[in-house]
Amino acid sequence: MNMNLETLIPIVGVVTEVKQDTPDIKNFRVVGRDGKKPIQHMPGQCAMVSIPGVGEAMFSITSSPTNEDYIEFEIKKCGCLTNWLHMIEAGQEITVRGPYGNAFPVDDAFAGHDLLIIAGGVGLAPVRSVINYCRHHRDRYGKIDIVYGSRSKEDLAFYDEIINEWMSPDEKDVHVHLTIDREQENWDGHVGFVPNYVKELGFDTDKIAILCGPPIMIKFTLAGLKEIGFSEQQIYTTLELKMKCGVGKCGRCNVGSKYVCKDGPVFRMDELSELPDEY
Amino acid sequence: MYRIPREKLDQLFALTAEKETLYIPTDATSGIAQFKKWNEGMKMSEKLKTSRSAKDFFFPQTEALVNFKISGKKIDIIDPREECEDFVIFGVRACDAKSFEILDSVFLVDPVDTYYKNRREHGTIVTLACSRPSESCFCTTFDIDPTEPAGDVSAWMTDDSVYFKANTEKGEKYIALVSSLLEETDGADVDAQKVATKEILGKLPFANLKKDAFGGGKTEQYFGSPKWAELSEACLGCGTCTFVCPTCQCYDIRDFDTGHGINRFRCWDSCMYSDFTKMAHGNPRLSQKERFRQRFMHKLVYYPENHDEVFACVGCGRCVEKCPISMNIVKVMKTLGEEEAK
Amino acid sequence: MQEVMKKRAKELLASGEVTRVIGWKKNEFDYDITPAVFETAEAIDRDFVYDDFCGPNLSKFTFQHQKNDTKTLVFLKPCDTYSMTQMVTEHRVNRDALYIIGIPCFGKIDIEKIKADGMTGILSVTSEGADVKVHTLYGDKTYVKIDVMAERCLACKSKYHTIYDELIGEEGEVMETDRFDQVKELEAMTPDQRFEFWRGELSRCIRCNACRNACPACTCESCVFDNPESGIAQKAAADSFEENMFHIIRAFHVAGRCTDCGECSRVCPQHIPLHLLNRKFISDINGYYGEYQAGEEVGQRAPLVNFTKEDVEPDVVAKGGK
Repeated sequence: MNMNLETLIPIVGVVTEVKQDTPDIKNFRVVGRDGKKPIQHMPGQCAMVSIPGVGEAMFSITSSPTNEDYIEFEIKKCGCLTNWLHMIEAGQEITVRGPYGNAFPVDDAFAGHDLLIIAGGVGLAPVRSVINYCRHHRDRYGKIDIVYGSRSKEDLAFYDEIINEWMSPDEKDVHVHLTIDREQENWDGHVGFVPNYVKELGFDTDKIAILCGPPIMIKFTLAGLKEIGFSEQQIYTTLELKMKCGVGKCGRCNVGSKYVCKDGPVFRMDELSELPDEY
Repeated sequence: MYRIPREKLDQLFALTAEKETLYIPTDATSGIAQFKKWNEGMKMSEKLKTSRSAKDFFFPQTEALVNFKISGKKIDIIDPREECEDFVIFGVRACDAKSFEILDSVFLVDPVDTYYKNRREHGTIVTLACSRPSESCFCTTFDIDPTEPAGDVSAWMTDDSVYFKANTEKGEKYIALVSSLLEETDGADVDAQKVATKEILGKLPFANLKKDAFGGGKTEQYFGSPKWAELSEACLGCGTCTFVCPTCQCYDIRDFDTGHGINRFRCWDSCMYSDFTKMAHGNPRLSQKERFRQRFMHKLVYYPENHDEVFACVGCGRCVEKCPISMNIVKVMKTLGEEEAK
Repeated sequence: MQEVMKKRAKELLASGEVTRVIGWKKNEFDYDITPAVFETAEAIDRDFVYDDFCGPNLSKFTFQHQKNDTKTLVFLKPCDTYSMTQMVTEHRVNRDALYIIGIPCFGKIDIEKIKADGMTGILSVTSEGADVKVHTLYGDKTYVKIDVMAERCLACKSKYHTIYDELIGEEGEVMETDRFDQVKELEAMTPDQRFEFWRGELSRCIRCNACRNACPACTCESCVFDNPESGIAQKAAADSFEENMFHIIRAFHVAGRCTDCGECSRVCPQHIPLHLLNRKFISDINGYYGEYQAGEEVGQRAPLVNFTKEDVEPDVVAKGGK
């Protein structure tokens, strides 16, 4: 018997850096015990992260595959495991296994196209991997527009990276459009919800749109994109459902006949529209 | 084909058990049959089916996945897997034997579930043809022939004899193991039994139950059916149907703190449970209607769609017998199928 | 009886007094009964049944309808009314949302007993007077009803209805019962024997939660065993001893509230005599605090949540109940 296939047995990951990114989101850098990158992935893929005794859950890998040194998770505090994760300090060991699921088709469908990346809140995490991958291979893609919104300025994830890197004058044809839900002091940018902002900005439709955020944002942004002329074949999103195994066997993350952990998490909107509305 | 007189069955069990662990269906104290490790003097149950299915042998209710030792910030991972011993299961019915193929198509596809594979490789299945099917049986709906059960060895039991036929290499090995008790024979008695059983099969209450209205590609047709509300109305949200079902294979992964470390184990889970899809930020299946629908859509539509139109039901009838409120896949098929016929 | 019930249900629906009726309907077989909600006279005419197989206790099925602004009619057998009374006492059900009709019960047949006798391929079962006729593919057999009655009915505690808006049939009486005989047998065992007995019985548990979900005393919206925040949430435990604790904890939780309706044992797919755990508690409570029957009247003070000077001292436990 082949005992080497370790479907459900994780490996040890060492958290080398924990950064408080927003009031309820922290960023975790993870390497293997050997100090090297523990998992090779493509943008959009996920990994199971666990604190033994507390729980295990699926998180998207927010770092770009082009980062050779470590992987990163961007984790919002919202349940038992994430509460614990928010308490750990650098040097703590956790367990990781993966990568799981499909990835955004960055090398296929996306190549050669203009990209419109739309995210809300912690939903920036999976698409940040896409953004940095495309920035790394800048000449493979056309214009990159990023629309990102959150509740407040403080709730914008990766704010420093957005300002210092993505919005840097040296970036070639990358356009970041930030918005927050409500007026606040020290914010002179756009105020309003993401779906409306997308419509206001009024993009031309010769591009691929990538959506990630809370379900309500996805719903209205999708409607908005269709209104301005996008077809479902041009829109990609990534789903999140409860997962335990990560390999399409434990049976809980299905939407119709598709398992989000195995057939997803990335779906093109026309594929998703064929599935029952149960996600 | 080989034959052994029925009164020598105990000798056959003893001979088998000398070499490998043997499990047979035996009566529990409370009017139900269950598979148990054979020991001297144990009698085989006369009952048609065990209360729990035979899936336990390959997919047990709980099993250790991995252990952790934690010291300070360090975590050590301990792999608890060991090569399983060879074992023989005697008296598996055709429905349960078919269920193993369905479990295989989940656990043995890439990435292979090594825990399951380990047990599967070391188990020899001796099936037993049915001669007295019960009113809850409907295996023929799913093209299973209970008079010709699959498995490594097929067996038929008549009033005075037990007949054996090896179907696989593992089966040949088993026949060789007990050959000192067997005599070669033609299968005339077996053929007579098959004819008699088939006649009974035609008279069963569910003999005309058809699966044709279901299968891959029917999601849109059935998902939004108003019938789900009525069908699921009395559902208690317990896991009885799931746990007695030979093809239900959903599992949960949980951690148990022993005080000396963390044991991560997996255990049966049920899509009928309220927390099955519950996440920190919400639940896509909020009411019992959605959970109930998931179970039957999976068996009748989603699974066939992903597995060449094989259904995830073998018609064993355990859910029909065991559901506390008598709601089951037969009722679902009839109710939704009627709608289809309209 | 069934016809009288159907007629009354249709009258109440027609008058607008109630807008739905919780009763029983026949499923695939004679013995195969599903609790059902009827909203029209046609549905009642077509599907409503009340016979010797209508075992399910309908009191808990009123839960999902109590928030409706119109009334729900529910039919309750005598032992079911105890569950209902207990739920009303505990404010778990809105009495005003219900119209309760008490119906007589002459003991329910336990099909499992017939099956355990080797009957299979059952095509029909009919109960007439003292005879239960079973017609199967493999031959027919007639049983004396008392031989195939559910254990809980053989030990029937009452034919009296503790809560109702109206009765169909004559009111019955509280019965003399020998329901504690099995408890006494267990008490007569040595601790080791008893431990082995329960380990053996509970070893068959598949943790399907049918006992909990069917139990009219288990009315928590979120059970501790399902709640990850509780720290003891589990589907099946890592080791078999932990597993057994589920039933012990559940028995403790319903102690003093369990009316001994027997649903736990009826629904158990593995035939574990779970009601014996609860009966032991009932028998102990009777012994320590005086005779007490949960669900006897609305608002009664249960001994375990009441204090009297006559209460036994806690050390009674350490003294083995003496």
